[in-house]
Amino acid sequence: MILLQTVDLRKQFGETKACDNVNFTVNKGEFLSLVGSNGAGKTSLVNLISAHLKPDSGQILFEGTDISTMSVYERIKAGIARSFQIVNLFDAMTVFDNVALSVFSREGKTAHITAIADHDQDVRNETHEVLGQFGLRAMSGVLAGGLAQGERKLLDVAVAYALRPKLLFLDEPTSGVSTRDKAQIMDTVSSVVRAGAVTAVVIEHDMDVVFRYSDRIVMMHEGRLLADGTPDQIRANKDVANILLGVPLTA
Amino acid sequence: MTSDVSRVSYRPKLALAAVAVVVLIILALLPRFVGLYQTQLLTYGLIAAIAALGFNLLLGYTGLLSFGHSAFFGIGAYSVAFLLRDAGIHSMELYILIGLPIAAVMSALFGYICVRHTRIFFGILTLALSQVLWTLAYKFFWVTGGSDGLRVARPTLLAGMFTFTGRDAFQRFIHGYYYYVLGVFAIVVVIMWVIVHSPFGKALQAIRDNETRAAFLGLRIHRFRWVAFLISGTITGLAGILWVPLNGLTTPEVLYWTFSGEIVFTAILGGFRTFTGPIVGGIVFTYLKTYAVATTEYWQLLLGVVLVAMVILLPTGIVGGLVALIRKFQPKDRPS
Repeated sequence: MILLQTVDLRKQFGETKACDNVNFTVNKGEFLSLVGSNGAGKTSLVNLISAHLKPDSGQILFEGTDISTMSVYERIKAGIARSFQIVNLFDAMTVFDNVALSVFSREGKTAHITAIADHDQDVRNETHEVLGQFGLRAMSGVLAGGLAQGERKLLDVAVAYALRPKLLFLDEPTSGVSTRDKAQIMDTVSSVVRAGAVTAVVIEHDMDVVFRYSDRIVMMHEGRLLADGTPDQIRANKDVANILLGVPLTA
Repeated sequence: MTSDVSRVSYRPKLALAAVAVVVLIILALLPRFVGLYQTQLLTYGLIAAIAALGFNLLLGYTGLLSFGHSAFFGIGAYSVAFLLRDAGIHSMELYILIGLPIAAVMSALFGYICVRHTRIFFGILTLALSQVLWTLAYKFFWVTGGSDGLRVARPTLLAGMFTFTGRDAFQRFIHGYYYYVLGVFAIVVVIMWVIVHSPFGKALQAIRDNETRAAFLGLRIHRFRWVAFLISGTITGLAGILWVPLNGLTTPEVLYWTFSGEIVFTAILGGFRTFTGPIVGGIVFTYLKTYAVATTEYWQLLLGVVLVAMVILLPTGIVGGLVALIRKFQPKDRPS
């Protein structure tokens, strides 16, 4: 069942076509990886779907509804959340507060002005539950700015996950971390989103990670979708191999 | 199932409340030990602290530096003057009940225009709008009294229970008004403390620290900033309402940009990244300015030197510096 679909989605920056008539689909419940070399248009596509960018033309359908003109707020309420390529946290706040804010927001409690945030037991319980799922519970009182890079990456995902989205975009959740941390992060993220029945789209460069965790892989190149298939199909695709090895398509 | 770690601990808040009560008792007892002049000065200090608390909801908690908060202080002050002159109202409670909505409406209007911008653009817009009010107060002298301003007589307190005429009226007013302002100050402190510790307050801090991420948590940035602006301006307006009966006169000077600068100064002096910083800043600034004015005709130069020294030597302000000093001597708490 299709959860998200883009129809002829276009975005151009000057002469550069970041997204060139992209028809991209995400099926409900899958763990999809979006791959491609730098500048392929992966982050631009996620930015367009999450309303971080406005498309030049085309449509974005989420659960059959056209969300192309919806604001960031409306898309989040519809069930789309995301993390960022460069870790984007509230560094002066504790790990607990970073996640608690997502819970408050999801429950529509951020407008509460006469209640003490720390006294909301339901939010506390859920925040601790999410932190536990991501292995961050012991760090809950630490300032987010004081975490190691691997922990920051996990917290970044946890903050987005705590919104309980239907569709979660993760932009390079393992970039800038050690190989050992990569496996740990992806094991955690994969098990949490699968257990929560959340559909996930992961932008990733490490093909070992991609092949290991994905149900489906979509490859982008120069703003277009180049390949789409299971890990085995992508592994056998010569165009994908050529691009990953830096060989031009015409070669 | 809930584990111990997720349970709310009330102990730190009870300790904080105990400290606040002790400070309040000390402030309540002070007039018994200091003279009339010092009591009057302290009243000015508490009013400055209220203005700074309101202002700091924007600077410290929302990350927006307003250079136009004199507008709301002035709106509060002129509201009282108009209510007295044009409606013959003498009740302090009516001044507050009518003056606060006026300050709130003006804050909502100014905020609607300003919060779509941040950084220098926000600062310039607030400055420009406050200067418009200053010009109006200065030029429309048949309404505002122009540069002479408007006089305000001593109001009645607590629904006419306390009036200040006859013998020793000034002394009784200074004492009575001190306790009145102290009561309002205590209420404002509680309100502001609850606001900054509410989910709304946490959302403001998130917007201050990382606007993009806050938006992607589903926070409507402009709306939050606007509400913060509205509360901030209204509280600063309340300070203006309280100030004018004590001062006995309001002039366009309270709408001028240099007065906005003084509000900024109080927050920086006390420490705008702490809740109590603006309170300390308000009181210290009042004494500093009073003694600087009494000491030298170049008092603005003296205040300027103090501000430069503060920014260089104590960028986190008096309270921020004290907190850092206390932390320095505390054993370091490392996460396992």
